[in-house]
Amino acid sequence: MSIFDFFRTPKKASAADQAKERLQIVLAHERAGRDSPDFLPQLQKELLDVIKKYVSIDDDKVAVKLDRASGYSTLEVNVELPAPAKGAARAATGKVAAAGNA
Amino acid sequence: MAKIIVMTSGKGGVGKTTSSAAFGTGLALRGFKTCIIDFDVGLRNLDLIMGCERRVVFDFINVINGEARLSQALIKDKRVENLYILPTSQTRDKDALTEQGVEKILNELKKEFDYIICDSPAGIERGALMALYFADHAIIVTNPEVSSVRDSDRILGVIQAKSRRAEKGEAPVQEHLLVTRYDPERVEKGEMLKVEDVLEILAIPLLGIIPESPAVLRASNVGMPVVLDDKSNAGQAYSDAVGRFLGEKIEHRFVKVEKKGFFDRLLRRTA
Repeated sequence: MSIFDFFRTPKKASAADQAKERLQIVLAHERAGRDSPDFLPQLQKELLDVIKKYVSIDDDKVAVKLDRASGYSTLEVNVELPAPAKGAARAATGKVAAAGNA
Repeated sequence: MAKIIVMTSGKGGVGKTTSSAAFGTGLALRGFKTCIIDFDVGLRNLDLIMGCERRVVFDFINVINGEARLSQALIKDKRVENLYILPTSQTRDKDALTEQGVEKILNELKKEFDYIICDSPAGIERGALMALYFADHAIIVTNPEVSSVRDSDRILGVIQAKSRRAEKGEAPVQEHLLVTRYDPERVEKGEMLKVEDVLEILAIPLLGIIPESPAVLRASNVGMPVVLDDKSNAGQAYSDAVGRFLGEKIEHRFVKVEKKGFFDRLLRRTA
């Protein structure tokens, strides 16, 4: 950093930079949705319903992800359980990974 | 072997028909027998852009339905040797495009032509799907603007999943990016996405950059493909893009702000 930079006001992201950033975020999301099979949202909803029978969790605390590799796929289900009511700030995370032939 | 090229974009109004007319004419100027087909059934405009609207008697849909022969519907361009236009119907709708019908006509054209350019309608419905289904190459027309880039990404996904090459598991459709309405001055000011940014996001090879130019409207007013205006920067940029498509190594032009000379400033000349 040169001494002159000290006097400059920090540069704001230009409109074009913002456009690029917004596009990168929205397209990352849309591309992920495009490649995943149709049943994933339904699976996520049903899993959430089952878990809710036993633990009260928020709707966004279950993440379901499908990865495809050659010959097999992994279904990763990530459930974030709420911290125990008393004191401890620990968040219990249960992770189930299932692998099978695709 | 004839090659089928689809000119597509997802979004409307980005320059698909202008680009189909210019690119097709550019290929014909280089000696390749070229046919441009309008797939925008019900909203035909290729005939106007090519300046042959008063010569349309039979159209693409008539030929699909067996109401006319292909030779009766093809319009030979009066300016450029080897260039033909297949206009579409203004009264029918896109359901008239059947897969078998389109395939039959493309197969017939393939026997005669070197290049067949399918000018796609906007959207991702039947007309657009039929335009891209049989393609060997896809030219994605994109404006440096968020909605156009997003729709281009979407249409790339459709090409990769729903084209015949994808369905049959053949070599994928070759994708090319054509950035249109590029304004280097606004890019320099940070008001417009840089071509590098669009490339980074879409991640397909760059075929050409067509600068925003008054020549495009001038050409469409008189029904002349802009590539024939060889004094204009847009016309030259299309000609360069055709050269690159054919494998020539050509630098990209018109991407930097041109420094105006003293007299240009004095006379306030524009491109």
